[in-house]
Amino acid sequence: MDNLIALLIAAPLLGAAVLLCGGRRLDKTGHWLGTLLAAVSFVIGLALFADMLGRSADDRAMHQHLFTWIPVEGFQADVAFQLDQLSMTFVLLISGVGTLIHVYSIGYMEHDERRRRFFGYLNLFVAAMLLLVLADNYLLLYFGWEGVGLASYLLIGFWQHKPSAATAAKKAFLVNRVGDIGLSIAIMLMFTTFGTFAFGPVLASAGETSEGKLTAIGLMLLLAACGKSAQVPLQSWLGDAMEGPTPVSALIHAATMVTAGVYLIVRSADIFNAAPDAQLVVTIVGAVTLLFGAIVGCAKDDIKKALAGSTMSQIGYMILAAGLGPIGYVFAIMHLVTHGFFKAGLFLGAGSVMHGMNDEVDMRKYGGLRKYMPVTFVTFGLGYLAIIGFPGLSGFFSKDKIIEAAFAKGGTEGWILGAVTLLGAAITAYYMTRVMLMTFFGEKRWQDDADGNPPHPHESPKSMVIPMVLLAVGSVAGGAVFEFTGFVEWLEPVTGYAHGHPPISAAAVTAATVAVMVIGVGLAYLQYGRRPVPVVAPRGSLLTRAARRDLLQDDFNHAVFVTGGTHLTRSLVYVDHSLVDGVVNGTAAGVGGLSGRLRKLQNGYVRSYAVSMFGGTAVLIAATLLMRAV
Amino acid sequence: MNPVNYLYLAALLFTIGAVGVLIRRNAIVVFMCVELMLNACNLAFVTFSRMHGNLDGQIIAFFTMVVAAAEVVVGLAIIVSVFRSRHSASVDDASLMKL
Repeated sequence: MDNLIALLIAAPLLGAAVLLCGGRRLDKTGHWLGTLLAAVSFVIGLALFADMLGRSADDRAMHQHLFTWIPVEGFQADVAFQLDQLSMTFVLLISGVGTLIHVYSIGYMEHDERRRRFFGYLNLFVAAMLLLVLADNYLLLYFGWEGVGLASYLLIGFWQHKPSAATAAKKAFLVNRVGDIGLSIAIMLMFTTFGTFAFGPVLASAGETSEGKLTAIGLMLLLAACGKSAQVPLQSWLGDAMEGPTPVSALIHAATMVTAGVYLIVRSADIFNAAPDAQLVVTIVGAVTLLFGAIVGCAKDDIKKALAGSTMSQIGYMILAAGLGPIGYVFAIMHLVTHGFFKAGLFLGAGSVMHGMNDEVDMRKYGGLRKYMPVTFVTFGLGYLAIIGFPGLSGFFSKDKIIEAAFAKGGTEGWILGAVTLLGAAITAYYMTRVMLMTFFGEKRWQDDADGNPPHPHESPKSMVIPMVLLAVGSVAGGAVFEFTGFVEWLEPVTGYAHGHPPISAAAVTAATVAVMVIGVGLAYLQYGRRPVPVVAPRGSLLTRAARRDLLQDDFNHAVFVTGGTHLTRSLVYVDHSLVDGVVNGTAAGVGGLSGRLRKLQNGYVRSYAVSMFGGTAVLIAATLLMRAV
Repeated sequence: MNPVNYLYLAALLFTIGAVGVLIRRNAIVVFMCVELMLNACNLAFVTFSRMHGNLDGQIIAFFTMVVAAAEVVVGLAIIVSVFRSRHSASVDDASLMKL
């Protein structure tokens, strides 16, 4: 069975190669091939999963060594895979949700003439993401990490004829580079510290290394996670990434790729466990981002950007949980998987709404859609209930556990983190209710599109509806399944688990979670359900206006990095021109002037040469006589 | 007669030669002044040989004459060919070798 691991990656990789190199003759069939190969990957994943379940908990990790990548004395880089419970969870999520989104894209991209290329990129993404989670060393993980970055870039800018999409793709790529520098430095530090970067030896010897080095490695890994998972301060690219086609937003920028940072931190659990300072920074980043994303999500009128703010916020929950140590790792992954279901479902629902509304994204121009798109309404609604943590649905179980773990951190930190996560839960309920009410309830606020066509909202084709239904089933049942079939025991051998003891009882935490959710929903209902929604956005408070501008993230980046960078380079250019060039040019001018004067001695007149010879001889003789005399 | 007088004569001849080299324009005259300086040197050598009572100076005088003879041949040849090409024997006219 071990040898099947490479096939998981090979299937979508083959799809990407065939679709991208195959040319136009595949235009008619390419999307079926792409979907089939993603499904093949999922089926192999299921087979490996069944095999893994059949073995005892300590014996579940599988390994496959494909070949030695860089065979250099003292620097061994292997292309080798490790499939343990953590990787398995990701493999099933990526290939499962990935396959559903491939199916959805068949309908969504039907009228796009570059659909074959789109499926090629999607397959490339699935292959790179699987490589990321299956690698058994950090260098190969880095390869997959860059691969998903490339696929993300290509897919955000898929509609490259739109300048906004091309810019958004470049922005995502550049911001991700900043994070990637962190990962590459972390790998270099690992190599100098441990002499290797394979997971096994590095994580095994993490406990015996000095805490300073581990903190440095941990912070660099966190920087990488911030870039890929859109955490503060590298969060600015995710909102713009919504320029890509909606299936891309669902698969890459909600369900899978953006969770790679969480995977990286949980995978490096042993390093973070031994570096409490790094862990603290991780929780702070998570807490800040979870509020940041939630506040941004409250103000956006673009349905996809509201969901993007929500994604950022939910990943903040995961990062925070991952920063809590063994009491949180399992729940970070659990929330990651349930979030993968409900957020992918929500994005697909948003795509379905846009599909029916002439690609309108402004929620103020929706309203009353529940009668026209009943299936989308129900599936989106179930995803909505799941994300706000409605009791019994998947988000309830995973988020409640994270809030509980945050309180269980202990001390003042525990209270602060617990309060932040509760506040986040309230805001989540608020902004998701807002999205729900503005889109599906209230009166119609539809407007004609640019060509003057009135929208005719209709239910989407079957290929789009079926994935939405399946994801809704996952959103409803996922949490309960994980809760009652032992997800904790399943992951424990890889990530470790310690039961956290919150200072207040678990039941009280649950009650508080439900209470803040009700408050959030109620507030949103008062504001958007009872009163009509204005078609033109009101001016809003200072906070609202700031949140509409993503809490001034771009203004901050522009002021600090763009303007600062420009000033820095300008002053460096000035120093280069005046000082460096001044020294060089000054030396040249000095030598030139001197030689110009010396040149006058060479006048071609024999007699003047003779004078200098006589004069020189006279001087020599005089000097000799003088020396004699002295 | 005091041999030092010969040294005075040699110094006088050398000075006349040197001044001639420096101030005359005609290549032939400059050339003759060079010969004058050589012969002044020869006179000094011979005088010192006589004063110190050994023959080294006289031998060197012979060497000088041989070298001077060879130099005359080459020098006159150059002067003649310069004169042929430029119709002038002035040393200031041959001033092309400059930057």
